[in-house]
Amino acid sequence: MSSATTGTDTGPAIRIEGLSFSFGLAPVLQDIDLEVFRGEFMGLVGPNAGGKSTLLKLILGLLRPQSGRIRVLGAAPEEARRRVGYVPQYPSFQRDFPISVEQVVLLGRLGSTPSLGWYRRADREAALHALAEVEAADLARRRIGTLSGGQLQRVLLARALVGEPQILILDEPTANIDQRAEGDIFDLLAMLNARLTILVVSHDIAFISSYVDRVACLNRTLVCHRTDAIDADLIHQLYGEAVRSVAHRH
Amino acid sequence: MSELLAPFLQALTDQPFLRTALLAGLLASVGCGVIGTFVVVKRIAFLAGGIAHSVLGGMGAALYFGIDPLLGALGAAVLSALIIGSVRLAWGAQEDTLIGAIWAIGMAVGILFIAKTPGYSTDLMSYLFGNILLVAPRDLWLMALLDLVLVATVGLFYRQFLAVSFDEEQARLRGVPVGLFYLTLLCLVAVTVVLLIQVVGLILVIALLTLPAAIAGHYLHSLGGIMLVATLLGATFTSAGLALSFTPDLPSGPTMILLAGACYVVSAVVSMLLKGYRARRLARIGARTR
Repeated sequence: MSSATTGTDTGPAIRIEGLSFSFGLAPVLQDIDLEVFRGEFMGLVGPNAGGKSTLLKLILGLLRPQSGRIRVLGAAPEEARRRVGYVPQYPSFQRDFPISVEQVVLLGRLGSTPSLGWYRRADREAALHALAEVEAADLARRRIGTLSGGQLQRVLLARALVGEPQILILDEPTANIDQRAEGDIFDLLAMLNARLTILVVSHDIAFISSYVDRVACLNRTLVCHRTDAIDADLIHQLYGEAVRSVAHRH
Repeated sequence: MSELLAPFLQALTDQPFLRTALLAGLLASVGCGVIGTFVVVKRIAFLAGGIAHSVLGGMGAALYFGIDPLLGALGAAVLSALIIGSVRLAWGAQEDTLIGAIWAIGMAVGILFIAKTPGYSTDLMSYLFGNILLVAPRDLWLMALLDLVLVATVGLFYRQFLAVSFDEEQARLRGVPVGLFYLTLLCLVAVTVVLLIQVVGLILVIALLTLPAAIAGHYLHSLGGIMLVATLLGATFTSAGLALSFTPDLPSGPTMILLAGACYVVSAVVSMLLKGYRARRLARIGARTR
């Protein structure tokens, strides 16, 4: 408890204690405890409507927990937000918005650049660098609405990286793209993991277990597993009987 | 065409009120270009319509109490914008019902005040459908001031307005005070509505606010470009509408709107055909390279 309150740089990247959340009368998350260590690559899996996206929104401070507490980089989620990069499952914008890829990525610099006036040269360089890092530099001039699913996912990743975050949070980054592109994205994440803590939500436990260090299984309650402990039994338990798993307890 | 325009150009040189009207149209087009673009890309035309109609409440009250109706309009527009915006931020849902309510309540209040104001009911038509020829020279100064406020605010915080229009969730995550900028944007919409009411009246405002930006959006894919072209289009529609309506003595507001509406329909068809043509050409090139 004491290390969480001091807010030092040595604590875990994300610490969640006794977290519960419900939308109206429907409980979504119950008594969640979770620590994501610095430099870790953690997967978060679970059935649909198991509360995965809700947990991410709580960590990002977009929702407030009804009970329990969340510390991100030793601070409250709202305060730590700018040091966190987020790639949403569904882009929360209109695809036909008149904006170029470069401008979308530059918007990720807000909060890291003076708020009055225009972007600085450092911002433009950071944007181009981030696009190059996700191998999307050639898309800079394209309109956002003309991208394919895989290209858009890379651009959203660049937008998350351009603010120089310490934690990267991704919600189903490969849900809308083909399998080869899925592998490419995860190879990229594995490379980024050298400098970033990564928390990635997926419904595909078999696929991500070859990339991540630890898997947290979320179905209203949460249990962590080391990657090497994942076997057919566990997968079956989570997905094999999806109907029953709504009520299952770990 | 020349026999239609010659009397207008002649009158422009020796009738000061016509010059004032032309200037009013040009001043209003700045708002319709800059803020109209946000209204179109953020898809808040219905919201802007609600603000525009509720303005009648402010105008009626101002008339009744003997204040400048333009100031009454400005007050009512900003108040409506803040009510609609705050409720959306606080509760999220049911925005459209609320807008409809503000829309109708504002008009009802306005009609009651106007009915109880001695000797003024004849002016109702010019509030509803505008009469650019009634713009007083001193109104031009207020319009210019409002333009300055619009352009300065958008110029200083362009990136934040872009962020809030494009992706509110992402803007919030980057520490942009989304609520503040959203409410400010709605207040700018309110100011623009008041500018445009001078020209086309509160019922037709919504067309002048959205059509120029929508036409520009058919061909341009950057916010700044759309703003510039929409401003020029707005200036064209108001000036040309004024000129075309002069000789046959037509109401100028509806003439401008019909002109803008016709251009919009033509542009929508052209841009659709253009898109189809480009897609076919791309497919042909693709087939050849394979």
